[in-house]
Amino acid sequence: MLNVSNLHAAVDGKEILKGLSLEVPAGQVHAIMGPNGAGKSTLSYVLTGRDGYEVTGGTATLDGEDLLALSPDERAARGVFLSFQYPLEIPGVPALTFIRTALNAQRRARGEAEISAPEFLKLARAKSADLKIDFDMLKRALNVGFSGGEKKRMEILQMAMLSPRFLILDETDSGLDIDALRIVSDGVNALRSPERAMLVITHYQRLLDYIKPDRVHVLSGGRIVASGGPELAHELEREGYERYEKAAA
Amino acid sequence: MSLAAAIRDRDVAELPGKRDEDWRWTDLRGLIRALPEPSQPFKGDVGEGAFDDLAADRRALVNGGHAAVEIAAGETATVALRFVSRGGGSHASGATVGVGEGGHLRLFESYESDAASVAQASLTIRLGVGATLERVVLTADDAEAVSVSQAEVQLAPRSRFSQTVVASGARRQRIETRVLHPGGQAELRLDGIYLLADKRHSDQTTVVTHASVDGTTVQLTKGVVRDQARGVFQGRIVVEEGADRTDARMGHHALILSDRAEVDAKPELEIYADDVACAHGNTVGALDEDALFYARQRGMSEPEARALLTEAFIGEVIDRIEHEGARDVVRAWAAERLRA
Repeated sequence: MLNVSNLHAAVDGKEILKGLSLEVPAGQVHAIMGPNGAGKSTLSYVLTGRDGYEVTGGTATLDGEDLLALSPDERAARGVFLSFQYPLEIPGVPALTFIRTALNAQRRARGEAEISAPEFLKLARAKSADLKIDFDMLKRALNVGFSGGEKKRMEILQMAMLSPRFLILDETDSGLDIDALRIVSDGVNALRSPERAMLVITHYQRLLDYIKPDRVHVLSGGRIVASGGPELAHELEREGYERYEKAAA
Repeated sequence: MSLAAAIRDRDVAELPGKRDEDWRWTDLRGLIRALPEPSQPFKGDVGEGAFDDLAADRRALVNGGHAAVEIAAGETATVALRFVSRGGGSHASGATVGVGEGGHLRLFESYESDAASVAQASLTIRLGVGATLERVVLTADDAEAVSVSQAEVQLAPRSRFSQTVVASGARRQRIETRVLHPGGQAELRLDGIYLLADKRHSDQTTVVTHASVDGTTVQLTKGVVRDQARGVFQGRIVVEEGADRTDARMGHHALILSDRAEVDAKPELEIYADDVACAHGNTVGALDEDALFYARQRGMSEPEARALLTEAFIGEVIDRIEHEGARDVVRAWAAERLRA
């Protein structure tokens, strides 16, 4: 699935990722944990092609295809989805319109037929019910005036509707209370499948109680400095990142 | 100084220009070296107007002329009024519009030209007590045309006047609306949209004078300029002494989509009364890059994401048009320009 090798990336000329290597096979969920400033969000933006994140070396491929050569929308059409740490507010665009436009753009890019309006609405009703989102909320401008928790749920709804193959969750637990965390996690877990892989980026171990990872990686100083099983997350929760920050420095 | 007088006297010295404070961004004096010959009477077919499907009462003033629209007390009407310039030349035209007490009028107006004409239109609009008028003004001017529309609007107590100007510019274009607001629970909405490309220029100028107590004014203008286009917004709200409990809000927001495009804005509040609620907001900027990336991450191509976000930006003004048919005409008009 995802293969990242010796990736270097800079923002405003400052190197943030310094030789990051990572492999996430299909069917698995990997967690990336690390202290603030380690490069966690940079990794998510580099993988999705945001302007201003300059790749200075290394490779990133999805099923063998060079991701770094593709535009953000081309990557999305190939199934890369990023759940944003801070989802954007889109004034004037109802959530339904936004999601339908995105879904049809992806379908066109893949040479598929556009989804019909009734079919789309049926899908939206079903998925929003799963996530306990009031359907009327989808008629409002996307994320405008939504609480932090509502925005995160809206991210998971988009994910469920776009049905991506490779999911990146960037600090999805921030801003969520326990009930919302459970709903969001259920939504994410429902997408687990042998054909999909996920990268769960988080500062805290809490989310990983709900979305159980197959592997945990510690990102510090722009590189993966340790990898292990789920128990590594608990160790980090107990002992902190200090040991790894020293290792990175 | 006025364009109407300059056309009448064929005298460029009477053109408004830089020295007139209100015209400094729409300098006709500096632009027009000589006024073209008077426009020839037009005999042919002017074709369909943008609002033809919405109004049974359709009028077209071609290369000049005058129209009178009188709605009797308690009556309801929809009128499509076209100011058309064909084959260039210069001319002035005019209309008087009256809505009697408790009457309702929808006035769908358009400005159309096909050559380097110089055209001016004067409108006098009067609303009776409790009357309502929704005015939608759409422009379809030639890139070389000079087109100026000047409306004087007189409200009455408990009347409601709602206006949306939708402009695509010309060589020089100005839609000017001056409203005398008597307060007395009368409600005024003055909205505008401008979508400008190439070297087009469009100026939306409004002056609202609140003369007495208990009047409301809401105003929202949004513009998108690209290439070397230039948008001008001048909005002045005057609250005269004693016009207490006036509530007036003005907003102007523009997107500049290229380095060489320009927006000039002058929002002004002149308040001489004590007990008023007035506010204005003015922003000029580019599309939000973060929102753009967000839309692209979800799969939209860059042009599609830009079009969606720009349409949404303008959509806020379109949504305020009360008449559904007119709203659809304007929405289609905007989509066509933004997805070009």
